[in-house]
Amino acid sequence: MTATNQESTATPTGQPVMQAVGIVKTYGHVVALDAVDLELYPGEVLAVIGDNGAGKSTLIKCLSGAEAPSQGQILLDGKPVHFRTPLDARRHGIETVYQTLAVAPSLDIAGNLFLGREERRAGPLGSVLRMLDGTGMRKHAKEQMSSLGIGTLQNMGQAVESLSGGQRQAVAVARAAAFSSKVIILDEPTAALGVKESGQVLKLIQSIRERGMPVILISHNMPQVFEVADRIHIQRLGKRAAVVSPKTISMSDAVAVMTGALKVAPEQEVVTAKSGPAERT
Amino acid sequence: MSGTTTAPESSYDAAEEFLEHRTTAQRVQTTLHRYPWLSPAIVLVLSVIVFSLLNSRFATPNNLSLITQQVAVVGALAVGQTLIILTAGIDLSCGAIMVFTSMVMAKTAFDSGMPGPLAILLGLLVGAAAGAANGLLVTKVRLPPFIVTLGTLNIFVALTLLYATGRTIRDAELATGLAWLGETFSIGEVRVTTGVLVMLLMYALFAFVLKYTAWGRHVYAVGDDAEAARLAGIRVQRVLMSVYVTAGVLYALTGWILIGRVNAASPNSGIDANLDSITAVVIGGTSLFGGRGTVLGSLIGALIVGVFRNGLTLAGLDVYYQTLAVGILVILAVSVDQWIRRARA
Repeated sequence: MTATNQESTATPTGQPVMQAVGIVKTYGHVVALDAVDLELYPGEVLAVIGDNGAGKSTLIKCLSGAEAPSQGQILLDGKPVHFRTPLDARRHGIETVYQTLAVAPSLDIAGNLFLGREERRAGPLGSVLRMLDGTGMRKHAKEQMSSLGIGTLQNMGQAVESLSGGQRQAVAVARAAAFSSKVIILDEPTAALGVKESGQVLKLIQSIRERGMPVILISHNMPQVFEVADRIHIQRLGKRAAVVSPKTISMSDAVAVMTGALKVAPEQEVVTAKSGPAERT
Repeated sequence: MSGTTTAPESSYDAAEEFLEHRTTAQRVQTTLHRYPWLSPAIVLVLSVIVFSLLNSRFATPNNLSLITQQVAVVGALAVGQTLIILTAGIDLSCGAIMVFTSMVMAKTAFDSGMPGPLAILLGLLVGAAAGAANGLLVTKVRLPPFIVTLGTLNIFVALTLLYATGRTIRDAELATGLAWLGETFSIGEVRVTTGVLVMLLMYALFAFVLKYTAWGRHVYAVGDDAEAARLAGIRVQRVLMSVYVTAGVLYALTGWILIGRVNAASPNSGIDANLDSITAVVIGGTSLFGGRGTVLGSLIGALIVGVFRNGLTLAGLDVYYQTLAVGILVILAVSVDQWIRRARA
């Protein structure tokens, strides 16, 4: 496609920022995840695709702390971590955006951006009276929004319920981008959005990547995945079927792998750093 | 890339431009939506004007002072009720907790000779415990607040009657300090009770807390969309629990105001206060669906009810017509709320 994409195909180098090793998750007799591995390298957008029931949601829940894996390990910068709640993951610098537009409608944009992490005023007003720094938060919110190129939202005191679905999701993505220090996980961020609004969110994902923040993107939407992803992790029947590059595989082949109609040849896989340069052919 | 993004952006501008050209009705809707206390405030001002014109005795200092005293108990009770309704809950037990704690304050002092201030403190603790009981049932047993408080309403009414053994503790029997909130002082010509002052302080405190503290925002966020609040890292159950305990303490404080108001602690006082507090909150523009409203609105709501009851009495109308008027007000208030909400859906 474009120059940015060619550069980023070489990104799988060095140590993964986040790594899942042999993740197993069972619900009673149902095996949702069967020894899944996943690697996320610095500065890349890793898409996770899969049919319904392939285990992509469960995988993401394990990575974001919403579920604890039955077996296996999650490594952050090579160090094992254990998440029991989403808050644990958050404390490790992992922010998740959900498809359900998880914002509080009657709070304003700044209020949503800082929800659960409000800033207090300096001095006794903040420490004794516990007063919030509304002006400061609106200012920081504005800085954050404009640094992500969300120029359409000017008034940080605007209630989120007066925004369109795309703008609401932009607020949620901006929140994740503002507070994550390691990884941003986007769980079907465009599922509830229209075509134009999805375009805005995709643009946001690209500007997050330009900042060097790695992103895991879960999506059903193949054109979107092929537009923004550097690598694609294909999940099938609770296992990782393949990791491919959007440049060396066609959309229909990716779908075929997803449904089990096609197996990926080993040389097409881009699991490790070594295979990076070879795939341009 | 550039080709795909220009289209949505330009249509966005178009959409925003479109928003600028709103009809007057939409603008009114938007303003009322932004300030939920505004429509009740207009109703209050209008009703004061109308009743003043209807009867020259209405706007006298004595009568206005009487209205504030009549409003004090329900108004104070509505502070806690507002907190709970903001979380999309409802508290049917508030009046029962108020009466129960007022009995605890008066009777422990009367029976054991406990000093007044200590008895009041005990009453506040009992209020906190009662609120905690509601809170635990809502957050741990996960019952709907309506059911929980319907149950505890009956429980606290029964406990009050069992504990009081049908006895009213009045006047001289009250320990020192218990009736203090019934004492009056004058501002200009208007006589104000300390109870009214305490009620106003409760409103000032919680208007501040809700607007300017993180806890206040979390209360709104939880009522707005509990799941979104949870995903944003708010400990939803903890916020709910703190709201119920706080409300319990506020009800007990209202119990103290109640003793001052009737100059007695009676198991039979404040029977209607449960629903009256909800009426005040609803007329005050707070949404029963949670997440939208202000304590200031509830104060205005309580005042509207007080003004209507008083004004209709002065107009010589039977008490049944007052109740009828309050019923119509509630339905109007909720209809306005629905209309405002539809504006933004």
